[in-house]
Amino acid sequence: MQDIIYLDNNATTMVDPQVLEEMLPFLKDRYGNPSSIYDFGGDVAKNIRKSRIQIAELIGADNEREILFTSCGTESDNMAILGVISGSNKKHIITTRVEHPAVLNLCKKLERDDGYRVTYVPVDKEGNLDSGMLKGAVGNDTAVVSVMYANNETGVIFPVEEIGAFLKEKGVPFHVDAVQAAGKIPVDVNKIQCDLLSVSGHKFHAPKGVGALYVRTGTKLNPLLHGGHQEKGMKPGTENVPGIVAMGKAAELALTNLDNEDRIKELRDKLENGLLEKFENSHLNGAKNSRVPNTTNIGFKYIEGESILLYLNEKNIAASSGSACSSGSLEPSHVLRAMGVPFTSAHGSIRFSLSRFNTEEEIDTVLSVMPGIVEKLLSISPFWDSKTNRPKNPDI
Amino acid sequence: MWEYTDKVKELYRNPKNVGVIEDADAVGEEGSMICGDALTIYLKIKDDIITDAKFQTFGCGSAIASSSALTEMIKGKTIEEAQKITNKDIVDFLGGLPEEKMHCSVMGSEALEKAIASYKGIPVEEKKEEGEIICKCFGITDTLIRKEIRENNLKTIEEVTNYTKAGGACGSCIEDIQKILDEELKRTHDEKPAAKKTALTNIKRIQLVEKTIEDVIRPRLLDDGGDIELVDVDGKKVYVSLRGSCAGCVSANVTLKNLVQERLREFVESDIEVIEQK
Repeated sequence: MQDIIYLDNNATTMVDPQVLEEMLPFLKDRYGNPSSIYDFGGDVAKNIRKSRIQIAELIGADNEREILFTSCGTESDNMAILGVISGSNKKHIITTRVEHPAVLNLCKKLERDDGYRVTYVPVDKEGNLDSGMLKGAVGNDTAVVSVMYANNETGVIFPVEEIGAFLKEKGVPFHVDAVQAAGKIPVDVNKIQCDLLSVSGHKFHAPKGVGALYVRTGTKLNPLLHGGHQEKGMKPGTENVPGIVAMGKAAELALTNLDNEDRIKELRDKLENGLLEKFENSHLNGAKNSRVPNTTNIGFKYIEGESILLYLNEKNIAASSGSACSSGSLEPSHVLRAMGVPFTSAHGSIRFSLSRFNTEEEIDTVLSVMPGIVEKLLSISPFWDSKTNRPKNPDI
Repeated sequence: MWEYTDKVKELYRNPKNVGVIEDADAVGEEGSMICGDALTIYLKIKDDIITDAKFQTFGCGSAIASSSALTEMIKGKTIEEAQKITNKDIVDFLGGLPEEKMHCSVMGSEALEKAIASYKGIPVEEKKEEGEIICKCFGITDTLIRKEIRENNLKTIEEVTNYTKAGGACGSCIEDIQKILDEELKRTHDEKPAAKKTALTNIKRIQLVEKTIEDVIRPRLLDDGGDIELVDVDGKKVYVSLRGSCAGCVSANVTLKNLVQERLREFVESDIEVIEQK
């Protein structure tokens, strides 16, 4: 296979070779069950504990006992929200309009079927959260507040510390979906003062199938599944040992590589500025200065996102789009729509998300192939006049 | 994530007949930038024969491929021949399209229809107002929904959405689409010379019960996450078992009487009795 230029790291990441190395023994000789009494199994439990410590360090938790392993970010999010509200008789939930479906669709379900009232806090046109409105929505009946740390589509960072301090005072449980923040920016559960925080391994170079939930000591949480004693009974079932070991190692590497994020930001900015300069009818989706360093989301007017992706694919470049077509739904991204991005450019939005494995050469390649792609699609577009090289109707 | 055929890939990579015909004899536009896909088709017509066809498309790979395919198919054809082309023909030409992308081929046949209408002097506005708008998000009329149901033998809301986009955004028209589906399914059933009036033989009755459950009842239940199994037919007594989310559902009895029994009475015999086998 020809080398891929992988710029879709908010979707998933490559497993770091060192992570693979670390997990391999647990797929081969060290297959013991960590719950067993003999050393062959019991010793494996030590590796799980080590991994818990590595995750705790990545997110600034005081104690590794506050880390629960799950199967993915979605499970962590569900475990946090359902786990808290099922032990409370309060019936109000606050979240944002731009959450990941793991939170958004859960909240919609609770609203539809289970008698909960949900406040979806809006964002401004740059994707910044209206934290004032969020605070104003908190009431005596609020059971939990769930806010993402960084948005997966735009990379925009939300003021979780400000919200955390406010909620701490009010005594309202606070869950932070940090899936897109962990490994990209420093995360500290004590600065945020959150009660729960979700992360996902495969977003920072661990394999798919493992996530974690931080649960602050003293937080009342009910399990979703019922079974054995594993993960304090919160996630019963024999542990995904290779995945857990891998996620621990990946967390350790993410922490040591946080300095590297400046290099990633430089590459991202080079790509972003290059594209915005090259194309008159393009614009940035998201607040320029308060984003995770690896993400850029650019809207191209008059052309459609999936066709851009297909042409990029021809050049072995992987990215993603908020267009309706590419997602399988018929509507463009809920995030871009919440920001008020007009449909006309929401359909042509492309997200590039980088990782520490990207090189400047790759960015140069993207910058060199994009003009041809955009030109070709403009020549097909009914909204573009190829003769004058102008939009047929500049008002749309 | 899409499995495109080689033909689709070939045509979005190198679409044929892209562009504008300045002195076109007919132009048809379908879709809009807001909807996420739009197509303009230009025709050059001489002695009722389409001598040239070009297109411009804003849309995904399958929209580009469908447009390109359509222009290839109609070149050299008479107006009358071109008029007979349906979205199905476009899909066949492409060697298939993913279910969720069927609406791209419908966009092609709709644009062609509009172009021909404009050539024949039927004002476009008049054409647009034909039928009642069902899906407000995408501006889809009942006329188009009925047409696609008939031409493509659609049975569920999901299929209607895949072919027409109707119901794919806010979802508030889902109930209206279901009503249209029910009417159309009943219509196709009525058109077939059913042996309703004459007494049915046992074997014929069993066949009809099976067909009605499969074509009419099951798709409805599957939409709600349920399912049904035919256990036995004993004279006019039909024994069924509800599965999935229907099993143990508090309204299972209502489903049984209102949906299952009523439909069987409508389509098979008026004195069918449905009994649930738990």
